[in-house]
Amino acid sequence: MSLTIADLKKGESAVITDSSSNDIPLKLLEMGCLPGNEVKLLQLAPFSDPMYLNVNDSFLAIRKETASLIVIEKINE
Amino acid sequence: MSKQINVALIGNPNTGKTSVFNALTGLNQKVGNYPGITVDKKQGICKLSRGVKAHILDLPGTYSLNASSLDENVVIELLLNKNDKDYPDVAVIVSDVENLKRNLLLFTQIKDLKIPTLLVINMSDVMKRKGISLDVEVLEEKLNTKIALVSTRKGTGIQELKKLIEQYKILPKKQCLDASTIEPAYFERLQKAFPNQDIYKLWLVITQDANFGKVSRQELDVSKFKTKSTLELKRLQQKEAIKRYQFINNVLKEGQNIDRSKARDLRSKLDRVLIHKVWGYVIFFIILLTIFQAIYDWATFPMDLIDTTFAGLAEWVKSSYPNGGKVTDLVAEGIVSGIGGIVIFIPQIAFLFLFISILEESGYMSRVVFLMDRIMRRFGLSGKSLVPLISGTACAIPAVMATRNIENWKERLITILVTPFTTCSARLPVYLIIIALVIPEGYIFGLSYQALTLMLLYLIGFGMAVFSAYVLDRIMKTNRKTFFVVEMPNYKLPLLKNVIITVFEKTKTFVFEAGKIILAISVILWVLASYGPGEKFNNAEAIVAEQYADLSDAKTDDKVAAYRLEHSYIGIIGKTIEPVIKPLGYDWKIGIGLVASFAAREVFVGTLATIYSVGSATENESIDTIKTKMSNEIYEDGSKVFTFASGISLLLFYAFAMQCMSTLAIVKRETKSWKWPMIQLIGMSAIAYIFALIAFQILK
Repeated sequence: MSLTIADLKKGESAVITDSSSNDIPLKLLEMGCLPGNEVKLLQLAPFSDPMYLNVNDSFLAIRKETASLIVIEKINE
Repeated sequence: MSKQINVALIGNPNTGKTSVFNALTGLNQKVGNYPGITVDKKQGICKLSRGVKAHILDLPGTYSLNASSLDENVVIELLLNKNDKDYPDVAVIVSDVENLKRNLLLFTQIKDLKIPTLLVINMSDVMKRKGISLDVEVLEEKLNTKIALVSTRKGTGIQELKKLIEQYKILPKKQCLDASTIEPAYFERLQKAFPNQDIYKLWLVITQDANFGKVSRQELDVSKFKTKSTLELKRLQQKEAIKRYQFINNVLKEGQNIDRSKARDLRSKLDRVLIHKVWGYVIFFIILLTIFQAIYDWATFPMDLIDTTFAGLAEWVKSSYPNGGKVTDLVAEGIVSGIGGIVIFIPQIAFLFLFISILEESGYMSRVVFLMDRIMRRFGLSGKSLVPLISGTACAIPAVMATRNIENWKERLITILVTPFTTCSARLPVYLIIIALVIPEGYIFGLSYQALTLMLLYLIGFGMAVFSAYVLDRIMKTNRKTFFVVEMPNYKLPLLKNVIITVFEKTKTFVFEAGKIILAISVILWVLASYGPGEKFNNAEAIVAEQYADLSDAKTDDKVAAYRLEHSYIGIIGKTIEPVIKPLGYDWKIGIGLVASFAAREVFVGTLATIYSVGSATENESIDTIKTKMSNEIYEDGSKVFTFASGISLLLFYAFAMQCMSTLAIVKRETKSWKWPMIQLIGMSAIAYIFALIAFQILK
């Protein structure tokens, strides 16, 4: 199982490696959820859903089910 | 004829596009509708120099030219149709200095349509504080455009922008991305099929057709072209986005420098509190309480003032033109009180929009959406449903319109369907008078019974909205995936000018849209109550004189008026439906009120006032005297009409019934079919009838 944004912990960063799932809204891709871009999990709502992210200099919130479609690779610190 | 330049203002949401619009046009603007849809069309005139004016169209905010909502679709339909009278001579893209990268995506798309394009970089005053430096010359050269650095907050850069608009003809038309590089083979085939068309425009029409539905107002038809599956098209669109960002990143590498250590972070400090797992909800609750306090307490002072003014006005009409007969009556009882019935809602509506626009301008609203999404989703709603549900406490009409930014159709539809359950301000007058009639005065733990009842009615309304959302969610089959993307904008101090303009425009729209209907109904009601068929209505005086020969003149007049009303058209309607409403504890007079208020609830109290006061010696009823008259109403056997049981039954009926033609009309426009408003009308009224019936039968 590959890691997705849904696996990130608060404050963690990662690089997106795949966002080609058909269930990811186009809008999200256009806001910068594209392979190669860095994503940081800023905050979580209660029950870890929705997730508040910083990606491609944009600040946005998405639901966990969408987040679990975006494959990432963690950045080694 | 003086020269006029057509300007389209385009930009992402939260970039201050509306502030730029307000700065360019001032109060020289008007809000209308696009034909056939309820998307606001905001346009204004801006004087550029001697003899040269610009017609500015403020298009709905959008992240790209791939529409996922009606509002966004307006942008693409306009830009694809050169024959549209609003087709821009120049497109002004408004961007926010902190989000330049993302904002440029839309910029490159518009530029690729070969429309002369200007770039406004707004909020340039915060650059230094955020550690951002721009090389404007490099950016202008790489993007093939002219750039205006603007700060709407400080009011700088607007003159430069006007100058650039005037010189739009010098703008280069070079495209940013060669669309055919996305997939050469496919685009070659496309170009061959339509040799005279621009390739990027073709591509937009195709993707738009596939993703959002037919582009209706455009001059080319691509339906015969054998295209790809939606899935493949989307993959190509992703590729397009990647390519555009590659271009943008290359431009910004040279033209922009961000020193991130300088960014002092107001956002994360505020977020830590405002979307905290506990404090976030506490703060939201306090804000809600403040809003309710404003709408239902602070607003009463101006409302009382309006009430007295209009009552005085009606009186004045009567005393000034005592010989006007029916015309005087129509003006005083129909038109003046009708207009009064609309104007009285202005303070509440204005307060509501004041708060909503402050919450939205400041960036707080997105945080509420974030906090509430999970909870709302349990009931088939979205975090974004909260704004409509809160707005619904003022009026369902703007509330239904506010559902437009919910991307998921099912969540949006459910929100539209259940919003009219929330207690709108039109129910308030009904609640107030019935509560005053049937709920005893008295206190428990320092809270009055009457106030508690009112609060309970609000909770019942909200509870029913949430419960029916839950049921609808279970019943309705879903075939669309959930879409939920919320931008969390920067916190900003709201601009006073923007807030005032929003409150003014929204209130105006409400007054005129809802006002037309309420006024028309008041007049119709008056006519129905003032005329009747046959002998009994026309000879009322003779018949009453015969029956009550021994009464004084004033008393006889009262009797005549009552007798007339009973045999007027509206009286006949009331009598006809009496068998249906009898089990709920209502008589034919209440029936008239009910029938009238299916057009608009607030008509109820006015109707009762008319019914109980038509022709009586004292005109100009205050709520107290109507109340006294209502509490004195008795059936033929001497029992009271308004008892605790019938009162509660009536309250429940008003809490649930769909009694508002304007809302139905709006729902029809927003859902594009009569199916949903009809379901609302029948479903809600059935619920109302059943609850009222049970309540009355148990309590009587």
